[in-house]
Amino acid sequence: MENQDNVLEVRNLEINFDTFAGTVKAIRNVSFDLKKGETLAIVGESGSGKSVTTRAIMGLLARNAKVANGTIEYQDRDLLQLSERDMEQIRGVDIAEIFQDPMTSLDPTMKIGRQIAEPLMIHKNMKKDQAEAEALKMMKLVGITNAEDRINDYPHQFSGGMRQRIVIAIALINYPDILIADEPTTALDVTIQAQILHLMKELQTKINTSIIFITHDLGVVAGMADRVAVMYAGQIVEYGTVDEIFYDPKHPYTWGLLNSMPTLDTKENTLPSIPGTPPDLLEPPVGDAFAARNQYALKIDTQKQPPFFKVSDTHSAATWLLDPRAPKVTPPATILERQKKYAAMHEKAVAEAKRAEQEQHRSGEEEG
Amino acid sequence: MAKYLAKRIFYLLLTLFIVITITFFLMKLLPGTPLTNQAKLSKSEIAVIYQQYGLDKPVWQQYLSYVWNALHGDFGTSFQFSDQSVSYLIGSRIGPSLQIGLQAMVVGVLAGITIGAIGAVRQNTWVDTTTTVISILGISIPSFVLAVLLQYFLGFKLQWFPIANWGGFMYTILPTLALAASPLAESARFMRTEMVDVLNSDYIELAKAKGMSKAKVIYHHALRNSLIPLITVVGPLAVGIMTGSMVVENIFSIPGIGEQFVKSVLTNDYPTIMGLTIVYSVMLMVVLLITDIIYGIVDPRIRITGGSN
Repeated sequence: MENQDNVLEVRNLEINFDTFAGTVKAIRNVSFDLKKGETLAIVGESGSGKSVTTRAIMGLLARNAKVANGTIEYQDRDLLQLSERDMEQIRGVDIAEIFQDPMTSLDPTMKIGRQIAEPLMIHKNMKKDQAEAEALKMMKLVGITNAEDRINDYPHQFSGGMRQRIVIAIALINYPDILIADEPTTALDVTIQAQILHLMKELQTKINTSIIFITHDLGVVAGMADRVAVMYAGQIVEYGTVDEIFYDPKHPYTWGLLNSMPTLDTKENTLPSIPGTPPDLLEPPVGDAFAARNQYALKIDTQKQPPFFKVSDTHSAATWLLDPRAPKVTPPATILERQKKYAAMHEKAVAEAKRAEQEQHRSGEEEG
Repeated sequence: MAKYLAKRIFYLLLTLFIVITITFFLMKLLPGTPLTNQAKLSKSEIAVIYQQYGLDKPVWQQYLSYVWNALHGDFGTSFQFSDQSVSYLIGSRIGPSLQIGLQAMVVGVLAGITIGAIGAVRQNTWVDTTTTVISILGISIPSFVLAVLLQYFLGFKLQWFPIANWGGFMYTILPTLALAASPLAESARFMRTEMVDVLNSDYIELAKAKGMSKAKVIYHHALRNSLIPLITVVGPLAVGIMTGSMVVENIFSIPGIGEQFVKSVLTNDYPTIMGLTIVYSVMLMVVLLITDIIYGIVDPRIRITGGSN
């Protein structure tokens, strides 16, 4: 580990898929860290490689996937080098996953108590009764009402939201260090979404786990994540804290994403969208993969891939617009508004901090 | 559950009645009479026999009296064996047929499940291709061809098993194998398809994410979920075995009801044809009823409750 605060370090990950049409370069040099106890959101549209990244961490890549390069370091071991048997000891114990569709991710013919207890029976050698007693505790923890009566029910007897709670219970039963949530609320109603997100936040502090939160829904990210990584065409294009990504985004793709997200301030009747479609990853474009859809694209974008330009200690973006030689561009109006709000927030925070300091100073004087 | 069973048994009897009616009239449409081959009989002698058996009456009267007698448990006397009642005839011959049929069913389905599951787990490898070839062969080779091949190679050339006749377990092996081929192939094909589906499902992914070994995932999650739909093909497979037995029993000279059925049709032995039709129908409908009940037991999603389902 480069940093003691990190529980997971992904470095230079490259994953290709062999298909009939050729080799799809699904993940192209992705690096990121996951810090202890934090929630990292990976945001991007379908096919950007978010799920493939998590599959790689779980060691559950499809058969035709090949890891071409990179390391995934966890507890001083490279997960990509581990044998299947060693990975089995990590999956469901240290690293667990919540899936997208609770309607299909539970075994339809097995009682849910048994399904929740199973990881304990496999990894902790618990007997069925003991494991199910633990399962019952976990069912209560994830908010399943009448857990005692429902432990012997089957998945079809639960609603979607309840089933996702069961899936969460399965993932958390061994108190994992890392929880991967792959679009855990996409298949749920909006009201249920909020409940599940709230539950995840609450449980995160209770069992002290780090979360990798995969989503295409920026609205979900705001309340959930500490840091955000934006993925496009198999690469991370920008990462930073939630505030930095939401209020001071630097990459035109992030601008596009935020611009196409309705807010309470949205006044227009039409919702802007990013024109075009993501590039074909059989032949990834030279230069910036987003160039073809980018109204701010420079000439160099089609020739050379942009490196990461550091905006702050926590914030970097891979766009030539941040190069000192690049011409100044004006981001879309909504983004400017966000930046203004952020600046105001920042000023307020600074002012408040100053006042607090002065007050402390004054009280110090009075005491003296 | 009781209400459901009562309903199902009522439908079973209704179906049986319809089968009896249709078979009776179809049978009467068959060319020839029970006495077609008795060339030595004079016209007056034939008339006496006809009267004795009630064959001189109009067909609808014959039908009504048959149904009336059947309702009272009298299925008539065989024309071929004049002193044997149909009930006795069937009773004395059903044993070998049931034995071979059940053996074929068990062997065929168990082997089919195994082959299909192996094919699915090793999907798109040479193992999978081999299992697919086995099931295609099993479906496309008719049981009578397979029966003759088995007789020639395992019976005549290698002398492992008796070629034909009836007399102990060794005599049942070749007919069982001949009959088992089609249920084996059908269930292997079905099992492979189901299991490939299940193995690609989200809950198998979740089971893997729990850190279960591949063997445990297959045993605890994939097998059960792939086996449940297989129950629905057991009925049609039973039909295949019943019709197959008519041919196979003849080839192996087994004194069973399949062989008897063919003989009865050839000699226009009306009471025996009707009796055997009833036996076959009841067997099939009972198999279907049992599979439905089992389906409800093993699949929690379709538990039979009250009578609402």
